[in-house]
Amino acid sequence: MKEESKAKKITMKIVVALLVLVWSVITFLPFFYMVMGTFKEQFELLMGGVFKLPEKMYLNNYVEVFQGNIWNYLKNSVLVLVISLTVLLFISACAAYPLSRFKFRMNKPIYSLIVACMSVPIHVTLLPIFMMAVKTHLYDSIWALIGPYIAFNLPISVFILVTFMQGIPKELEEAAEIDGCGKYKIFWSIMFPLVKPGLATLAIYNSVNMWNEFSFALTLTQRAENRTLPLAIWEYQGQYAMNVPMILTVLVVSVLPMIIAFIIGQDKLIKGMMAGAVKG
Amino acid sequence: MQSTNILARKREREIRKVSAVFLLPALIFIAVFVIYPIADSFATSLFEWNGITAGKKFIAGTNWRELITDMTFWKAFRNNVVVMVLSIVIQMPIGMAIATFLDRVGKKGTIFKVVWFLPMLMSSVAIGYLFKYALDTNTGLVSTISKMLGGKNIDLLGNPNTVLLTVTVVICWQFIPFYMVYFMAAYSGLPSDVYEAAVIDGATRGQYFWKVALPMMKPSIKSAVILSMVGSLKYFDLIYVMTGGGPGTSSELMATYMYSNAFESYRMGYASTIASGMFIVITAISLITMRLINGREEA
Repeated sequence: MKEESKAKKITMKIVVALLVLVWSVITFLPFFYMVMGTFKEQFELLMGGVFKLPEKMYLNNYVEVFQGNIWNYLKNSVLVLVISLTVLLFISACAAYPLSRFKFRMNKPIYSLIVACMSVPIHVTLLPIFMMAVKTHLYDSIWALIGPYIAFNLPISVFILVTFMQGIPKELEEAAEIDGCGKYKIFWSIMFPLVKPGLATLAIYNSVNMWNEFSFALTLTQRAENRTLPLAIWEYQGQYAMNVPMILTVLVVSVLPMIIAFIIGQDKLIKGMMAGAVKG
Repeated sequence: MQSTNILARKREREIRKVSAVFLLPALIFIAVFVIYPIADSFATSLFEWNGITAGKKFIAGTNWRELITDMTFWKAFRNNVVVMVLSIVIQMPIGMAIATFLDRVGKKGTIFKVVWFLPMLMSSVAIGYLFKYALDTNTGLVSTISKMLGGKNIDLLGNPNTVLLTVTVVICWQFIPFYMVYFMAAYSGLPSDVYEAAVIDGATRGQYFWKVALPMMKPSIKSAVILSMVGSLKYFDLIYVMTGGGPGTSSELMATYMYSNAFESYRMGYASTIASGMFIVITAISLITMRLINGREEA
């Protein structure tokens, strides 16, 4: 009897190990393909096949990409991210404060409205926002992207911050209020510092979303000099359609900032995604 | 609230004022970029318009009548539903299995957690292009493996019969890490003494999972299903990049069909009709699902 269950346990372990191996291969193989490809010459990839290691470390793809206008895309991406993220975090903290702290008649309806916006598909709003951008002459500039980026990441941010603020004890605020502190001052000097850990995770979660956003960037900008990194891939693809290693290099370059951020703040990032995951 | 004296009423008024000030910026953004566009989509759906010149012509319900009989739209809708069902069926169990494994091994599993998380960091566009080349008929990964095993080249994206399935598998590759993290969060939300209590009562690991953990995580699983559903109904980037809806209309989705009407055929009015139709369909499906899921709970 005991022998049997022991054998069963070992078989289970082997099965699990196999599954883990298979899943790792499935996840990793495309990355392997991508990174290997960047060190190959155009025809080396075609002739040698996918699994053949590069003959030598061929770095010209990277040289060429970095000598092109990738820096401009990078600059736009960083600019859009920093501006949108700063405004987003500030106004979602502002909105979360009364929703989590005060009793007033419109509290529930407003909160429900904001939360309901989480499931609005962005493509329903794409054409009107495009026309709005044309009318306001923001079309084809990075400024056109900032509004939608803030608006579409707002619901989840408010949702998470409200939950976060509800978890903060009220004693400090009450003490401050007795001392004659106004509501604005309480928010700014008590609530805001306390909510910083929540803001950090949100910053991470939203950064990944904004950095990778494609639909608005494609629709609201036109010239290469005004576009963000996801569009760089798009543009290079048009330019180097036949040169696969070149495009793979652009892919690696566009993912690199996220991977570096991931290596530095691996725990925080997963935590951030988890916070984002608990929506709904 | 019962405000019997002047002081309480004054306080209430102050709270209302302060709340308005704090909420205003967020509400402005939502009104301008979410609510107004939805209304505008419905309004524009009643016009014939190329989106460029001023000649906007009111044609009442003509676009809507066209939409209802538009085979391509319904094909796109059907494709969306296929992607939706497959996504849920594939992503949820695998995501849950991986989360269970990682929860089980704890800190020792960090390296796996890190590697398995990687697809999450890539944009849909990047993933789309990566797989477009990785699945290339002559030089791609799948063809190479097939040839190593003695087979021949496999054309997955050019074949109308396999393209939708292939794209769905890529979508799963992209999103399984998300559900992995999601269910890990669900696990960490379980009270820590539950497992110990189950073990003391003589439960095996399997019994604990099926009889204790899974039922307790039901709310998370429900919202994951809804999330995945809504996500697949509005899918765009990856398919737009990988196939553009082709070959023919075999991988056309509602969003890609809308986009090509707006920016390739310049039928802004009809594209708005498709967008509004999408909105109705997605809202209806999510409401019905929520009702179904929560209804079963009560029964």
